[in-house]
Amino acid sequence: MQILQLKETVAFMSYRKIAMIFSAILMITAVYSLATNKLNFGLDFTGGTLIEVGFEEAADLTKLRALMDTNGYSDAIVQLYGSSRDVVIRLALREDVKVEMLGNEVLAVLQEGTGQKIDMRRIEFVGASVGDELAEQGGLAMLTALICILFYVAFRFEWRFAVGSVVALFHDVLLTLGLFSILGLAFDLTVLAAILAVIGYSLNDTIVVSDRIRENFRKIREGSPEEIINISLTQTLSRTFITSITTLLVLAALFFRGGELIHGFATALLFGVFVGTYSSIYVASLVALALGISKEDLMPEVILKEGEDQEAMMP
Amino acid sequence: MVMFIVAFGALYALPNLYGEDPAVQISGLRGLEVDLATVDKIQSQLSKTNIDVRSVVLEEGQVLVRFNDTEQQLRARDLLDENLGDKYSVALNLTPATPAWLASLGGTPMKLGLDLSGGVSFLMEVNMQAAIDKAVDAMVDDFRTDLRGEKIRYRSVKQENDNVIVLFRNVEDLDLGQSTLKKSYNGMEWLDNQDDLTLKVSMTELKIKEIRDYALQQNITIIRNRVNELGVAEPLVQRQGKKHIIIELPGVQDTAKAKEILNATATIEFRLVDQTGDIGQALKGRVPASSILLYERDGRPVLLKKRIMLTGDHIVDAKSGFDEFSRPQVNISLDSAGGSKMSNGTKSNIGKPMATVFIEYKATDKKDAEGNLVFEKHQEVISVATIQSRLGKSFRITGAGSPAEAHNLALLLRAGALIAPIQIVEERTVGPTLGAENVQLGFQAIMLGFGLVFIFMIIYYRTFGIVANLALGANLVLIIGVMSLIPGATLTLPGMAGIVLTVGMAVDANVLIFERIREEIREGKTIQQAIHQGYEAAFSTIIDANITTLIAAVILFAIGTGPIKGFAVTLSIGIITSMFTSVVGTRAVVNSIWGGKSLKKLPI
Repeated sequence: MQILQLKETVAFMSYRKIAMIFSAILMITAVYSLATNKLNFGLDFTGGTLIEVGFEEAADLTKLRALMDTNGYSDAIVQLYGSSRDVVIRLALREDVKVEMLGNEVLAVLQEGTGQKIDMRRIEFVGASVGDELAEQGGLAMLTALICILFYVAFRFEWRFAVGSVVALFHDVLLTLGLFSILGLAFDLTVLAAILAVIGYSLNDTIVVSDRIRENFRKIREGSPEEIINISLTQTLSRTFITSITTLLVLAALFFRGGELIHGFATALLFGVFVGTYSSIYVASLVALALGISKEDLMPEVILKEGEDQEAMMP
Repeated sequence: MVMFIVAFGALYALPNLYGEDPAVQISGLRGLEVDLATVDKIQSQLSKTNIDVRSVVLEEGQVLVRFNDTEQQLRARDLLDENLGDKYSVALNLTPATPAWLASLGGTPMKLGLDLSGGVSFLMEVNMQAAIDKAVDAMVDDFRTDLRGEKIRYRSVKQENDNVIVLFRNVEDLDLGQSTLKKSYNGMEWLDNQDDLTLKVSMTELKIKEIRDYALQQNITIIRNRVNELGVAEPLVQRQGKKHIIIELPGVQDTAKAKEILNATATIEFRLVDQTGDIGQALKGRVPASSILLYERDGRPVLLKKRIMLTGDHIVDAKSGFDEFSRPQVNISLDSAGGSKMSNGTKSNIGKPMATVFIEYKATDKKDAEGNLVFEKHQEVISVATIQSRLGKSFRITGAGSPAEAHNLALLLRAGALIAPIQIVEERTVGPTLGAENVQLGFQAIMLGFGLVFIFMIIYYRTFGIVANLALGANLVLIIGVMSLIPGATLTLPGMAGIVLTVGMAVDANVLIFERIREEIREGKTIQQAIHQGYEAAFSTIIDANITTLIAAVILFAIGTGPIKGFAVTLSIGIITSMFTSVVGTRAVVNSIWGGKSLKKLPI
């Protein structure tokens, strides 16, 4: 069975202006949202205490909030987590209280106040310094990843492709972050891990396409760079499609059945893979084209031997 | 070859299929080893109360008793805790039920991360600045003592930032002072200023790093000892980065107690033995006014003078070793204040025995009026040694029974001398129900993802799809096998997500190959050529693509902690195994089915 048997080349590159504008709009939206809405940083970055508890019956949030208030935890954020019986309580860092003990204290308060049997699911406490350090490290890690990849691709292919790939990756990361910002989804360490995984995956895609483009540049005698890129993209379309489907299938499994803890992770990956596929087709090649990629750049270096360009003297 | 590797992987993945036995682990505290007599004692006690035992095994100085269910396990734990006294720690343990033949090959199930097994993890930060401050403080004291010892006069010795500034009266003193000090202290940078007659002494980068490493190491040792007393099976105490320590206690639920114990303090005191007092009288309750009755570790009573000769916070270091007669000994170094005290205390007591008392404030289960845990002061004499000569800054204690005991004594002495304070900066507790839930969810997700891809591949690629699925299955088995084999690899919830991801990506490699084969067939090549060409052309692309994902995974590994690290490890392992199974594995299968034959059509 074949889904995509294309006889003719799809003229991808002729739509590149539209694609460029589309991407630019998305990127600007993302930046705007990040600047105004910011990211809903999770516990790992802000520091503080998080307590997840399970009740036997559906939890009454108003009652819980009142309980927190009267016991001196007026800044507690009480939310449902996954089901109506699971509640998550977040507390910011406090100066006076011995922070390690906070979790247990709150648990005791809850138990007394509601009189129900409470199942302690998890307690997390992150100190202030750790949170900041993590944010720093996270940003640094992304930067390092992008730079390493830049060098690797430049080494294996050609600098124009490298720039194209990195721009595509940057585009993916930015859009994913934008999504999280716009929807106000929690951004914690697992989401950061997901983004790095997206980088890896999107690059995977981009390399496959670049590889085909390189092969065709060497193989096909005639044709403008634009045409050759179109041909390459058409050829790889089938493969790109299939891979995306399989990966998205797998991620959908995670998204729906993975549970609350990795929901953010699954969302980031799902969106990231989606965007990544798009960027591999358009953004990477677009940039390479704009930078003026041509046949010569991709030809392997041929070193002329002495006298080779002259006719042989002896038959 | 492929079969061999897959079978190998399957073998090491097997232990994961066997369940776990509830068990109780009994180990001796403070370096004590459990012997056969104790084993007999344990067995007789258990049979007396009709607790069914599945097996009792003595291994590496620890006893592991397996039970049929958790009820028996808990009963046994309580019983043994009461009866064995506090020389042993009795811990609950879920031991893998790997059959003996598999275990002897080194087969163990995968280690589960905390988010899957439940438990608590702490991240502690060592206050490095305090360590350095203490070191500089000690330097100031020592310089003063040394200069005075050589009768070199100075105006002042002061601490400034992390340096020591000595102000002299004249240039001759400055030069003399500098050369004297240089002889005794290395690892410093000396900057003398002839104009304002100052000598600035600063520690070299290397020396500072040494101090930092030592502070970290010392804290790790202390914590390890304390964690052992908590009675947790398979705790993890490890250095993380430059100044953090990560502690993982699987299965621990009472975090309050754990935290209190970790924060407990221990100190050491040196006291002279009261040789004039009557031990017999003291045991009956009549202790002389200026003395105190304490017990050694094996229960022998010792009468000590109340006056403390020296406290442990002057101890700078303690190392175990051998004296000139090859007997085990412990070398102790003190700071200069400690040295003078020791010197004063011992000069008139040569030939008399001196005792080392170990004091620990242990958390009990009782609570005081405010609900805080009550600490009990435990005092124990850990060594009685005769003062051979006037002792000073460095001296040694002989009389340890064995090298192990000397080693332990050195550890305890170091434990009493905390250089750098630590505090908890991060804590994660996962309840047992959540842990079990997570395992289930993760498992379901993996199965679902696998199933979906499976079906898809068969529909799209027909028989070749089945080959790809075989490779996927082998991949999964290999991942589990490798993770079970490598001791450092733990499976976390994101790790399971990572496995799901590799399933998706492993297919990618196969898709590349198969698409290429289809293309080659379309272009008119023969079947065999098409297969060959398909694998050839796709190979370098697969390598490139996977390496880049590997780079991302490695970077994640470097910055991540706990669950994230688990994800990075699982992802990396998954990528490597998927490269293997997708390329080599499927090639082998394809060749065996269709190789060498001349075919007209290919079911792809």
